[in-house]
Amino acid sequence: MAEMWINMGPQHPMTHGLWNLRVKIDGETITEAEPVVGYLHRGWEKLTEHRMYPQIIPMADRLCYGASMSWSHLYCLTAEKLMDIECPERAKYIRTIVLEAQRIGSHLMWLAALGTDLGSYTIFLYPMRERELFLDLMQNLCGARMTYNYPRIGGVRNDVPANFERDFTRVLNHFEKKLKDYEALCDESTIFRMRTEGVGMLTPEDAKNLGVTGPNLRGSGVDYDIRRDDPYDAYPDIDFNVCTRDGCDAFSRYRVRIDEMYESCDIIRQAIKKMPEGPHRLKPPRNAPKGKSAWAHVEDPRGEGLMYIIGNGDDKPYRLKVRSPIFVTVSASPVMLKGYKVADVPSIMGSVDMCLGETDR
Amino acid sequence: MEQRSGLAPGGLSPEDIAAKIKEKFPSGVTVTSVAPHRVFAKADRGALLQLCNFIKDSLNFEHVSCVGGVDWPAENKMQTVYHITSYANCATLEVVVDLPRDKPEVDSITPLWGGANWHERETYDMFGIVFLGHPKLERILNPEGTEVFPFRKDFVTGRRV
Amino acid sequence: MDMSLVPNAVAMSAKEFLSWSTGVMEQLMKASGTKKAIDKISAPIWSWALRNANYPLHFGIACCALEMAAASAPRYDAERLGMIYRSSPRQTDVLLVNGWVTAKLRPDLRRLYEQMAEPKWVVAMGECAISGGPWYDSHNTIQGVDTFIPVDVYIPGCPPRPEAMIDGFMKLHKKIHKEMKGTFLED
Repeated sequence: MAEMWINMGPQHPMTHGLWNLRVKIDGETITEAEPVVGYLHRGWEKLTEHRMYPQIIPMADRLCYGASMSWSHLYCLTAEKLMDIECPERAKYIRTIVLEAQRIGSHLMWLAALGTDLGSYTIFLYPMRERELFLDLMQNLCGARMTYNYPRIGGVRNDVPANFERDFTRVLNHFEKKLKDYEALCDESTIFRMRTEGVGMLTPEDAKNLGVTGPNLRGSGVDYDIRRDDPYDAYPDIDFNVCTRDGCDAFSRYRVRIDEMYESCDIIRQAIKKMPEGPHRLKPPRNAPKGKSAWAHVEDPRGEGLMYIIGNGDDKPYRLKVRSPIFVTVSASPVMLKGYKVADVPSIMGSVDMCLGETDR
Repeated sequence: MEQRSGLAPGGLSPEDIAAKIKEKFPSGVTVTSVAPHRVFAKADRGALLQLCNFIKDSLNFEHVSCVGGVDWPAENKMQTVYHITSYANCATLEVVVDLPRDKPEVDSITPLWGGANWHERETYDMFGIVFLGHPKLERILNPEGTEVFPFRKDFVTGRRV
Repeated sequence: MDMSLVPNAVAMSAKEFLSWSTGVMEQLMKASGTKKAIDKISAPIWSWALRNANYPLHFGIACCALEMAAASAPRYDAERLGMIYRSSPRQTDVLLVNGWVTAKLRPDLRRLYEQMAEPKWVVAMGECAISGGPWYDSHNTIQGVDTFIPVDVYIPGCPPRPEAMIDGFMKLHKKIHKEMKGTFLED
């Protein structure tokens, strides 16, 4: 059988965003794979050199639009380290709550996309229905459904609205019941399990060496979570478990994210109880010191996000470098794809949870 | 699975890591400061690969978080900035390497950690910094056939329709 | 056409016969008012069918694609309006551009547009597709899809809410209705 290279993408129902996966196939089996990215490159890092520090916050939202609160929060953390200020306690707790709500929203979007990839439209519809509830909560808080522009350097934009605790508790109680439904829908479906178990194996050594982070790393059994091991915001005061699975396959990565959704509900409840009174925002300085550099990293829903910033003495940064978790995971995808069939590609790449906005920047 | 709570047993604190690096590299690498979970260092171009081999083999640094480039035309230099993380020690080392702007070449750390592969390709694509020993140093984000290095300070973006 | 034996016989090739007979029928239908009568019936039916079965292309570029997905989700449900997403450009009517277009993507997007069969429409969703959006000064993005593809409806917003996207499609329906593409024997 002759081997040939085929293009999966850039316009392909499997690709969440635009990228091209070139696979070398021998019949139906994949022998080599080469991802081609860059269809969404806008030179984000260069554009930030022409914007003032607060103007970069909505730009950071649009880095990974599936988890936009996480990226604008990461930028605010980095800028706060550069300007050497620390946001008030109440702001830290509010940030933790919305970050975990964003994590749940991002994982629900991932589950919906995984459903479409595997051809199961039901798995698309149910998580999208619950995600709308979380988007409603965010809309009550900051007015936007998706790109929130809510964290600020020195805190958050506004304090929580009335009935914040009541609304969150209602949604979380409703959501945890529904999460059990999704588990039943996927775990007890023979087809889902056949398509995801045993495919896309990624050994822990490969995962650590190739820079894979986040739920993809924890699905291979490596126990590392920046929220516990290098904490920021209110995470030092909150008790939670880090979810890992030992299977190393697509099914384990799926299970890690479902477990994370349960943990996030728990974290939100604790944070709401422990939230202190106080100001929600500090006024930051306009200019940053010249030649000073700072960096921060967070546990984004997709892995480890990191930003490195250098100040310029005036109100625009000199250099802002972004590390995207999915950029590295996509470079590691040939290891996960070799030896499997072409029909396994959607379930493997779907379990990786790609978001092209942060890959290409 | 047993839940690990923070630092693994036998894990080194940032001060210990700094001390071991200073001891192994009396010249070529300077540790500038230490913070909780962080070590900051500057390295010479020639000492980089030895430093990386040392921290990978002896200090359990398993994961490259980021490799980036910075252009300093005013000081006639470019820099590559490395962030390398150790899961076992829960610490991240930042290494800054200065390169001359007219011949920006540095050793690639991709043979040690595969996670640096695409980061180095992107730094080449944007700045023109050549990583010696990289398996596939090609354009990755900009379209093929782009002749400029867009993130250099002499490339000016602006509104064009 | 060999007219040497007129009025007894005229010699024509098959192609010439086809074009002559079509011409005669068209003139007959126009003169007798039959074309007008048939148009009055068929054009609204065609336009009704084209409006209510707008198949967009499965093409999500960036942030607006998530709002496009939310529009197909249970709360907003665009599928009740006939919008079933198709994966192949040959089977679609609408090219929904939802995100910024980069220099690397531009030839591929143009090829997708050319692969779609007539009648086709283009909807530019979101600020990036209309004019480059927040990336107006980037070296790699195209400032507006309408620089290389003719656009029918612009949906502003960053990102536009799913209700705004559905409103944009309602405007596209009005436009399709005005165009009245279902005329019989188009000239």
